Amino acid sequence: MSKSNWPLWEVFIRSRQGLSHKHVGSLHAADAQMAIENARDVYTRRQEGMSIWVVPAAEITASSPDEKDELFAPADDKIYRHPTFYDLPDVLKHM
Amino acid sequence: MQKELFEYVLRIGDNALILGQRLGEWCGHGPVLEEDIALTNISLDLIGQARSFLTYAGEVEGLGRDEDKLAFFRDARDFRNILLLEQPNGDFGDTIARSFLYDHFAYLLFESLLHSNVTNIAAIAAKSIKEVTYHRRHSSEWVIRLGDGTAESHDRIQTSINNLWEYTGEMFNADTIDHVVASLGAGTDPSSLYASWKKNVAAVLLEATLEMPADDWMQKGGKQGVHSEHIGFLLAEMQHIPRTYPDAQW
Repeated sequence: MSKSNWPLWEVFIRSRQGLSHKHVGSLHAADAQMAIENARDVYTRRQEGMSIWVVPAAEITASSPDEKDELFAPADDKIYRHPTFYDLPDVLKHM
Repeated sequence: MQKELFEYVLRIGDNALILGQRLGEWCGHGPVLEEDIALTNISLDLIGQARSFLTYAGEVEGLGRDEDKLAFFRDARDFRNILLLEQPNGDFGDTIARSFLYDHFAYLLFESLLHSNVTNIAAIAAKSIKEVTYHRRHSSEWVIRLGDGTAESHDRIQTSINNLWEYTGEMFNADTIDHVVASLGAGTDPSSLYASWKKNVAAVLLEATLEMPADDWMQKGGKQGVHSEHIGFLLAEMQHIPRTYPDAQW
């Protein structure tokens, strides 16, 4: 049972109803069901969650750090895209 | 009645305590990090159950013994756990097989204890059954993966189950204490759980492509305090700190 044979899974936990799943870390497991159980044991020991997603890490397509400039730098001088020019009422959360 | 109830509750508490101690021995030795945490999580669940049952047993006994007195200041002959649970951890498959055989029993026991007319027992069962449901799932999933895994994992988990099978009969052996407590509605006659246990275990073994061993001669004695040699070593490790420093505080 060599660990190197088990694929890597990325774990997402939703902490409360109404919030979205948030990436919390990764782990090794032989299959999806075991990944859920391992995630339960490793990442929800302290009441962190009420829903778990696991995704094979190999299935995630990531942007390359080399593309940082072309992907993200153009946004740097477009501060008008932030809604900070508006006065928001206090009742609006998570903005 | 109080004496029988004390013994009955002690047996359930000792089962959880001894298996909890055994699984705790895996701490830092799990085959992979994730499983190391899983086994010790389950261990802590079991020790929590033991605390509840032993505390209540002490109240029933009425001699002022609390959970710590019962856990750490009794000798082997006074422990009432079944022999299955004191068996050594062996390899990972042995540990999984031992938990698998017990978890299916514990689930049925706690399910029936939800209907106990003793409020404390029903309440502890209600809290514990959620944990036991997960323990049963964890050990069953592993039996399926090992059994339906490689040729080597198949052979090894089959051997583990074969070796431990002679300890399964004791779970369902009802004695006078079981009969008295069951007749009062406080507890369950364990022999009534056997058919469901066998059916549930058979379903997992089938999925795992494993053979159910034939019922042959069965070990017994743990419930009455007659143990295998393994428990002495287990207790020595579990008890030596509280016995060396009685009433020590953190």
